[in-house]
Amino acid sequence: MAILVGSDTKAIVQNITGSQGTFHTKLMLTYGTKIVGGTAPGKGGMQVEGMPVFDTVSEAVSKTGANASIIFVPAPFARDATLEAISHGLNPIVLITEGIPIRDSIDIMARAKERGCVIVGPNTPGIITPGECKLGIMPAHVFKRGEVGLASRSGTLTYEIAASLTRAGLGQSTCLGLGGDPIVGLSFVDILEMFRKDPQTNSVALVGEIGGNAEELAAQYIKETKYPKPVAAYVAGRAAPPGKRMGHAGAIIMGKTGTAESKLEALKAAGVRVALKPGEVAKLLAKK
Amino acid sequence: MPPGHLASSPQETREIAEKLACPVVVKAQVLVAGRGKAGGIKFADTPDDAEKAASAILGSKVKGEKVTKLLVEKKLDVARELYVGLVVDRPAKCYTLLASQVGGVDIEEVAQKTPEKIIKHPLEPGRSLEGFQARELAQSLGYKGKQVVELGAFITELCLTATEYDSELAESNPLVETKDGEFVAADLRMIVDDNSLFRHKSLLEESREVGHELSPLEVKAREKGLAYVELDGDVGIVGNGAGLVMATLDMIQDYGGRPANFCDLGGGANEERIANGLEIVLGNPKVKVLFLNIMGGITRCDDVAKGLLDVRKRLGLTKPIVIRLVGTNEEEGRRILQDAGIPSLETMEDAAARAVELAKGAK
Repeated sequence: MAILVGSDTKAIVQNITGSQGTFHTKLMLTYGTKIVGGTAPGKGGMQVEGMPVFDTVSEAVSKTGANASIIFVPAPFARDATLEAISHGLNPIVLITEGIPIRDSIDIMARAKERGCVIVGPNTPGIITPGECKLGIMPAHVFKRGEVGLASRSGTLTYEIAASLTRAGLGQSTCLGLGGDPIVGLSFVDILEMFRKDPQTNSVALVGEIGGNAEELAAQYIKETKYPKPVAAYVAGRAAPPGKRMGHAGAIIMGKTGTAESKLEALKAAGVRVALKPGEVAKLLAKK
Repeated sequence: MPPGHLASSPQETREIAEKLACPVVVKAQVLVAGRGKAGGIKFADTPDDAEKAASAILGSKVKGEKVTKLLVEKKLDVARELYVGLVVDRPAKCYTLLASQVGGVDIEEVAQKTPEKIIKHPLEPGRSLEGFQARELAQSLGYKGKQVVELGAFITELCLTATEYDSELAESNPLVETKDGEFVAADLRMIVDDNSLFRHKSLLEESREVGHELSPLEVKAREKGLAYVELDGDVGIVGNGAGLVMATLDMIQDYGGRPANFCDLGGGANEERIANGLEIVLGNPKVKVLFLNIMGGITRCDDVAKGLLDVRKRLGLTKPIVIRLVGTNEEEGRRILQDAGIPSLETMEDAAARAVELAKGAK
């Protein structure tokens, strides 16, 4: 089962002719993802990795029957491209682009909500249901099919923790990056809700970082709903100074909001198994 | 805004104070919030006092930023200090206007201890605040008649400017209600979303003129498009991915070491980018040992190894280096390093422990 993407996902790649778009189309096809075509306005009629290129999403959807999209469009044009995908009912939409203005992301998320569409990202490595579908830029070899659901605000830490889970013999149902921006489509709470309903997922790993209060809200949700599956969490940024952006646009402690301590305390109080090193997540989930 | 002028010397401050007629306020012009509490704002009843205040503040550091300019303003006859600000509400995914009758130095404390004293109004995505909404807000802050119109107009203007310029924070704290019943923005601050600068080219040019209070290495990193934050420890850190680098800093700290910086090469870094990152981190004289932490996904370990060798050759590296290199093409990367006599480790824990040990031994 897993969540959001699987063997029935048929995706287009927006900006398939760009270098990242082309490179990852190849890797996703190699993994077995059903990529059915791509778009690049002005380049309709071309082929990339054997896949047809269309001028518009409208045409791509009517000719390929695609039901999902992955977007590699540069930041200044990403709002337009994402609204295009939303308006043609593609769901989910994985928004890889980094550096989208907050105002544009707010518009995108409002429109997605109206149309009942899930946005993964922006500034995300994407989503993978191991063995079925990889809609993203993550290195495939660290993931293995299994029962742990993984949601993360960081790309490389997702790979780091997935690799240690796989080494420990713990496969994954679905792994996804929520995105490193202040405004992203999915929250930890949304994901916890999906993993709760997913019969394949037996436990959940959350990977947080400084900035915002998504982890605190997750803790509150876990406590209030007496979450039925074990949850382990790692939060990066205990050594980060306030007021400085740590790589991700969203990773910043503003005043007293967004510190790692506040997140760790909230998670602990909600009964979450808290890891102080990325490698400990696997150990915490291996325990019964 | 209250009447006032910029000054860059005590003498100039005195002259402005004489012109404006005391009492005046002398304010450090720095790009940080909370400067009042940090000693960056002083009141003066005479031109003499103003000159003294200027000597004390100019050249001092307010929250780490050196003061080179002062704003000298007429002191207001304050009846009440308000707070008005437009912020990004991350969980609600919208801009939200915050207004409070309890403005002044510590709005964060108000928000934490007495959240009921702050009025919140979310903005509809894609729109600014309408005039009538702003007047309603003014009314809920307890105002009537002419004051509703004036405060409403200020709030509307603040929201319009903030949304037009893609600000992630626009606030007036305090917004002063004077004893005559007028509203004066005694402080106004706006943070523009860096990611929106492609559509605000004029802002970009102006901000260059003002000059950032970044360290020379931070400026260089920004030019090269690298995320680099200088800290005050001695273990230099380079890694790929913001989360992984933050986790590396945490681990160095847990093992009793002190990180010298945050440096994220980003995804898919090539040889040149890796070399740039290493060069910037090693440019900090406080760095005693370099810790390179790579989890190769899109980034290839052989590229990392080649980048490192390139920097070593160009700079004649003498400082000890600890490398943790795993992921895509790791065998090839390790072989390149091994041939060059540089050992690499497999786990973050081992590498962090080793880096801390070397930093301590190098004292």
